[in-house]
Amino acid sequence: MIDSAEMVKKVFTQKSGRIETNKGEAFYNTLFNQAKSRLKTLRAQEPLKEIDLIDIIDSEGINRRDFMKWVSATTATLMLPPMFAPLVAEATELMNRVPVIWIELQDCAGNSEALLRSAAPTVDDLLFDVLSLEYQETLQAAAGHDADKQLEEAVEHFKGQYLLFVEGAIPMANNGQFGTIGASGETFHDHLIRMANDSAAVVAVGTCATFGGIPAAAPNPTGAVGVMDLVKGKPIVNIPACPANPANMVGVILHYVLTGQIPELDSLLRPKFAFGYRIHDNCERRAHFDAGEFVEEWGDEGAKNNFCLYKVGCKGPMTFNNCSIVRYNEGTNWPIGVGRGCIGCSEPDFWDKYAYERPMADANIKAPTGGVEKTVDEFGLGLLTATTVGIGVHAIASAVAGKKSDEGEE
Amino acid sequence: MAKKHLVIDPITRIEGHLRVEAIIDENNVVTDAYTSSTMFRGIEEILKGRDPRDCGLLAMRICGVCTGTHYQRSIEAVEHAFNVTIPKNARLVRNLVQGALYLHDHIVHFYHLHALDWVDITEALKADPKATVKEAHKWAGLSGHQPWNASETVYAEVQQRVTRYVKQGRLGIFGNAYWGSKGFKLTPEQNLIGLSHYLDALEVQRELGKMMAIFGGKNPHPQSFVVGGVTCVQDIKNPARIAEFKQLLKKATKFCKESYLPDVYMAGTMYADEALEGIGGGLGNFMAYGGFRTDDLPMYKGSMLFPSGIVKNKDLSKVFEIDQTKITEDVTHSWYEGKTNLHPYDGETKPNYTGFGKKEDNIAYLDTENKYSWIKSPLYDDERMEVGPLARMIVGVAKGDERITKYVTRFLKQGNLPIKVLFSTVGRTAARAIESEIMADIMMEWCDELASNTANGDLSTWTEFDFDSLSADAQGFGMEEAPRGGLGHWIKIKDGKVANYQAVVPSTWNAAPRDYKGRLGAYESSLIGTKVANPDQPLEILRTVHSFDPCIACAVHIIDTNGKELGVYKVDPIGGTSRA
Repeated sequence: MIDSAEMVKKVFTQKSGRIETNKGEAFYNTLFNQAKSRLKTLRAQEPLKEIDLIDIIDSEGINRRDFMKWVSATTATLMLPPMFAPLVAEATELMNRVPVIWIELQDCAGNSEALLRSAAPTVDDLLFDVLSLEYQETLQAAAGHDADKQLEEAVEHFKGQYLLFVEGAIPMANNGQFGTIGASGETFHDHLIRMANDSAAVVAVGTCATFGGIPAAAPNPTGAVGVMDLVKGKPIVNIPACPANPANMVGVILHYVLTGQIPELDSLLRPKFAFGYRIHDNCERRAHFDAGEFVEEWGDEGAKNNFCLYKVGCKGPMTFNNCSIVRYNEGTNWPIGVGRGCIGCSEPDFWDKYAYERPMADANIKAPTGGVEKTVDEFGLGLLTATTVGIGVHAIASAVAGKKSDEGEE
Repeated sequence: MAKKHLVIDPITRIEGHLRVEAIIDENNVVTDAYTSSTMFRGIEEILKGRDPRDCGLLAMRICGVCTGTHYQRSIEAVEHAFNVTIPKNARLVRNLVQGALYLHDHIVHFYHLHALDWVDITEALKADPKATVKEAHKWAGLSGHQPWNASETVYAEVQQRVTRYVKQGRLGIFGNAYWGSKGFKLTPEQNLIGLSHYLDALEVQRELGKMMAIFGGKNPHPQSFVVGGVTCVQDIKNPARIAEFKQLLKKATKFCKESYLPDVYMAGTMYADEALEGIGGGLGNFMAYGGFRTDDLPMYKGSMLFPSGIVKNKDLSKVFEIDQTKITEDVTHSWYEGKTNLHPYDGETKPNYTGFGKKEDNIAYLDTENKYSWIKSPLYDDERMEVGPLARMIVGVAKGDERITKYVTRFLKQGNLPIKVLFSTVGRTAARAIESEIMADIMMEWCDELASNTANGDLSTWTEFDFDSLSADAQGFGMEEAPRGGLGHWIKIKDGKVANYQAVVPSTWNAAPRDYKGRLGAYESSLIGTKVANPDQPLEILRTVHSFDPCIACAVHIIDTNGKELGVYKVDPIGGTSRA
């Protein structure tokens, strides 16, 4: 089990991390006041569920300390200074003021399943006391016409207020008829646009909804695309990964409750708090990369000694996500923990570019600064056009790099 | 004779998109049914041309619920093609991850995807907590256990929690369901037991997710299997890690015995009339591919936890051996090109979408005379088959498998139930619970085997193979039992690349439309004869379809035509709907 607060601290101390973790006192003071007044407004509103999370926590007695621990870790995950912790706690109580509608399109339900594994808050708290989840096909009781009615009523009742979570891609070939839903046989495309029109913001959850994911892998037989290719005029947040980490789903909702706005995004519309740094930056096997110690093939001595997985296809240096910090299933493990490299599942087109057992022929990991010293917005292009550097070269160079990592990028 | 045409879309609490259309007669009995998946992704096409070693990760994404089971089949298909035998540690790790998936899948299915077809949560609020404790002891006592979490305080708390929730008027995921339907048969106390376990199961499934993450890296979509073995060396050589797994397994086992099995006794007894009548029984042909390797012989040559075989027409006295060459897929009623029955090695997946049939009042009806689903119709030796936990138990008993016979017999004897109850919706649900107990018990043995093997110094996790020479021209298949039934991946490899790839999944067998002879698929057939208490609330249809645990990464949607308007359609025997 990992201590997530400790892991988050690492992000702030990483020299290679390029996410802006200190925006100055003035910025945070303004945001703090904005959040305070937002929470005051929310508290004055009718709750969608009159259930007080703090009452429940207090009545159960045991969880209060754990809750505050989770709050401080989450505050840090959201890239906010510790002074925001009491506000994050309050925002968690007030999450039930924000209705969530969750629709499934061209999906495998993996993200619904991931939501079910949410550890903090736990899924039963999420379903009963925290989220106001109005529609969720994998879990809801109603079916058929009654499910449709449930959805229509929620849309009508919460017009302009709800967060629309979208799971799955949208097939556009053949007039969108590779996916239909409901008695009328509405296409996924029409369904999405209808639901998005009345939402406050759209959250694309999982790589299918963000970048098209697996159905969009070559040759993309159904012409699948992501939400941001279709929805216009609404704020969109992308939470990619296959599946998305439930911690990031909760993070986005919390941020919205706290500030009334979607979090700061990168050029791919991913929240910077979660996708502002690379897997590689905080990897537990990073020291082996720097020392030039690699697993050469599955099951070898390197594998038995937990060496770096780059040569067996790890795409951690090219992938932006907080897996190495948050991990999965209550911090139980993560892919690199089980000796299988990162497949880059939070990047666009990862099935065609990253998800294979061999290192990238054209990966140019700029070792002299201790890793790739680029933010995501600069990174992709540089990476794909760079000339090949042998792994031995940058492994040696990166060992040197540790000593002169202050010298800048190039 | 006025018939009604029910359309249910989406069918919720499943994986994927499923539509069901049912024709009911004047007594509200289903006389005809059509099931359709309304989503297509084309993953088989996407796999073509890729490196066979990368297919597992991709093929796994066929499904996020039975996550990891496609992963194993895909990798096994390549291992079979290359004639690679994985080391003992790899076999045990794969069994443990897959076993945890079985427990997870079955528990989530029973409590979160199926229970609301049996349990009326609004009735639970009327229960007397004290009487509920007594009731819980009764059902747990049948299998000789103490009941899970049975105390007045616990039950009262559950009631309080849900009452608070219900009072809001907005029921969230419990909103707009068939509460109060005459189709529900449990007493308030029994409903409260079910509701309380629904909540507890949310936590248990989260812990089971951790079990899969210990050796799989994460759940859903684990990442530690590769062609030739597994990668999780640091987790298998660490005794604390195996102990952590065992601790979680103990808790899951306890839940199976003290909650899951007693609840199935409870539901089975209260719905026994339907079970004895064979409601939801369906095709009566059962097929199991066999699964969970229990020795280290090459693939398909060693012993298995679940035997393979076929039982026809519910006749347990005869078992037929499986020959995978007799499996074909028919697309007469599926949105694909061609009609001929092709073996998966030569299978084609060329979409030919012809859409819905007639549209009236914003309701689109399936064109059931022609093509009406994205699911193909698989056949075994030109016969339709049901696969799944019930098939595994029935084939196991028919084959005289000692372990399966012991658990099935004990279950029936303790519950005072005749074997014929198995051929029903209730039986399908019960089979899953029996199987969970088998799985929980044997997984403890596999844990110990893994611990002692690594303690003796065997840390091998991978078998080396010469990819370049083996992948010049090869073909293989991975055929085993997923939680929902026989799952097969067939792969042809040429010059290091995938030349053809076809998956025939459990829900292809079960959720298939009619075949070229007009014979019904397993869901369709199981719905015939089901009586619906109230056509505006087709609870019984959901219950039977859910008993298969539909998993349709290209789903089925049961569409009920906007409420009351259902009644105004007259339907000829098949197809031809006309306005009354």
